[in-house]
Amino acid sequence: MTNNITGAKALIESLKKENVEVIFGYPGGAMLPIYDELFDADIRHILVRHEQAAAHAADGYARATGKTGVCFATSGPGGTNLVTGIATAYMDSVPIVAVTGQVPRSLLGVDAFQEADITGITMPITKHNYLIKKAEDIPRVVKEAFYIASTGRPGPVLIDIPKDVTTDLLDFNYPKEVNLRSYKPIVAVNIEQLKQAASLITASEKPVIYAGGGIIISHAAEELLRFAELIKAPVTATLMGKGAFPDAHPLSVGMPGMHGTKYANYAIQESDLIIAVGARFDDRVTGKLESFAPSAKIIHIDIDPAEIKKNVRVDVPVVGDAKTVLTKLTSLIKQHQPKTSEWLKRVNKWKKDFPLHYKKNDMIKPQYVVECIYELYPDAVIVTEVGQNQMWAEQYFTYAKPRTFISSGGLGTMGYGFPAAIGAKIGRPDATVIDIAGDGSFQMNSQEIATAVQSEIPVVVAILNNGYLGMVHQWQELFFEERYSSTVIEESVDFVKLAEAYNAVGLRAVKPEEVKPILKEAVESGKPTIIDFIIDKTENVFPMVPAGAAINEIIDPE
Amino acid sequence: MRHTIAALVENRPGVLTKVSGLFSRRRFNIESLAVGVTERPDISRITIVVAGDSTVLEQVLKQLNKLIDIIHVTELSSKNSVSRELALIKVAVDSGTRSEVMQIVDVFRAKIIDVTTDSLIVEVTGDRSKVAAMEQLLSRFGIKELVRTGDIALHRGSVTAEAIIAQQSDL
Repeated sequence: MTNNITGAKALIESLKKENVEVIFGYPGGAMLPIYDELFDADIRHILVRHEQAAAHAADGYARATGKTGVCFATSGPGGTNLVTGIATAYMDSVPIVAVTGQVPRSLLGVDAFQEADITGITMPITKHNYLIKKAEDIPRVVKEAFYIASTGRPGPVLIDIPKDVTTDLLDFNYPKEVNLRSYKPIVAVNIEQLKQAASLITASEKPVIYAGGGIIISHAAEELLRFAELIKAPVTATLMGKGAFPDAHPLSVGMPGMHGTKYANYAIQESDLIIAVGARFDDRVTGKLESFAPSAKIIHIDIDPAEIKKNVRVDVPVVGDAKTVLTKLTSLIKQHQPKTSEWLKRVNKWKKDFPLHYKKNDMIKPQYVVECIYELYPDAVIVTEVGQNQMWAEQYFTYAKPRTFISSGGLGTMGYGFPAAIGAKIGRPDATVIDIAGDGSFQMNSQEIATAVQSEIPVVVAILNNGYLGMVHQWQELFFEERYSSTVIEESVDFVKLAEAYNAVGLRAVKPEEVKPILKEAVESGKPTIIDFIIDKTENVFPMVPAGAAINEIIDPE
Repeated sequence: MRHTIAALVENRPGVLTKVSGLFSRRRFNIESLAVGVTERPDISRITIVVAGDSTVLEQVLKQLNKLIDIIHVTELSSKNSVSRELALIKVAVDSGTRSEVMQIVDVFRAKIIDVTTDSLIVEVTGDRSKVAAMEQLLSRFGIKELVRTGDIALHRGSVTAEAIIAQQSDL
């Protein structure tokens, strides 16, 4: 217990108790007392250039490490600039704690300078949020915030602190335990449901395991591997589940859904049993719901009961942590002799007949850039922006481990990748961190080059530059009679000069043979580096399930 | 299909916003919502009547349960619970109709709580159908204003909030 310290100091002390090693943030009037405390504190602060990037960086840090990310912003516009980042974390179940300054208590509700109702604004995009009214609540609230953010189905928690609360004095006593009668994230797995799941699994001849981000969050990749090998079922991992199951494993069939592989989608559609683990049947996965997996029974394993039966009918629901459930399920059926050899033959035939493909020419193909990144840096942490770049990064890099593919899946936030890569690199300083970007997405947060340079964070941005807002352009090409409304941005910026203006390294490649040497140069520079890959602009992302179609109605031109 | 949901929640600012915000953004239809503090000052009870099939009901219950400030949520069926609503109805009257209105009020065991030369305010308590019947009967005199509390409901028998919370804390 420490007597008579300020609210600001109590906040910093509380964060230390939570083992916070880095904060991404941006100061402001309402945050002055807190930033003053931070000045002497033994916590690294990364000054971003826009608060949105602070939230994304905290998110990237959390996804790369499994720890809870922390970001700071001031009242009003500081908080509202965090919103996109918080929503991104919420959709993908990422644990972050956002601390915002607020106007003094006496000015709350009078539309004071830089006042915004940030707890009101973030209510639907946080797992929980707090407006602290008394300094003595700070330690308890911080303790609860980290607990709520990181347990159960993780998610962002926001703490809003009026400026005068940060200067009030309190006796500091950090609680040892959380006492929340209304939040009990640990659930015992229902053994009856497990038995039902087991009997469906042992009876199945055409099972498919549909693995989502929950596997990664629950550290269940090994358990998934053991389970899949025991029941000999093909595994389709979602965008969020990338790395949960090794892409190179013979049972892997790649991603399901809109830009998934043909063979994953065919397998789902012909399967007699879908075993969903830590996945939520997103519309990008299911396509037309009425036609999804028509002959399959569905086992849905998820820690969030509200996900079960939200989108699809479920035959056996199992509420619980993926790691625990898979362990128990595996031991329940360990004598099982799978009858899936015919099925695997069929799936492997699809795999052989309908592989991912692209044609090379004398221009740089975006898929080739991704393949080169894999060839040179197979252990890299890949972060992506959103759009075509994201899909190519998913399709042409062979992921082997959890937390090596970091991408905004649920919200699809353009501008996410670069700041998230900065956060990931802080969390994993020994890893090569590469943001696979598009020229559109990168421009949404390109100001963060300044952050990377000032804080000496050597991330590499590989811009797949086609001069288009590529994914929307692709849809206009396919479904809007090639009317390219507001999607052509070519030659609007010189990315090499932009990098150099920020004192970062800027490189450009225009020919395929330049790709590998330039990637090496970028990584070996040890500095923040922006590479402008001028790619073949005619290249699109395939296969593709048109919106509203069943997932086996998949387009894949020769 | 109409369902009555009882939620025990932390008595804190913003909780009601969290609940009503959840309903609007998840496209659940609230028919009525009543909130008030319970016998324990730290706990409020929200009674919500929601329209939808059993899938909707299941989602409503699960989504409500996810809110951190919600301690317990349950559906109250007409079998296991009693529910009441209170309505105040301002009816137009004149010397010719006043006594007829008063007779109806009497039959319904309702009360008159305000009298002027050209109107009466009737207070009626009952289940939804009783209030509806009252409203319908009075409508031909001319209803000038009407306000209703929405349903409030309690479990029959010995099931109490206190017991539910005690059980919850043991987990």
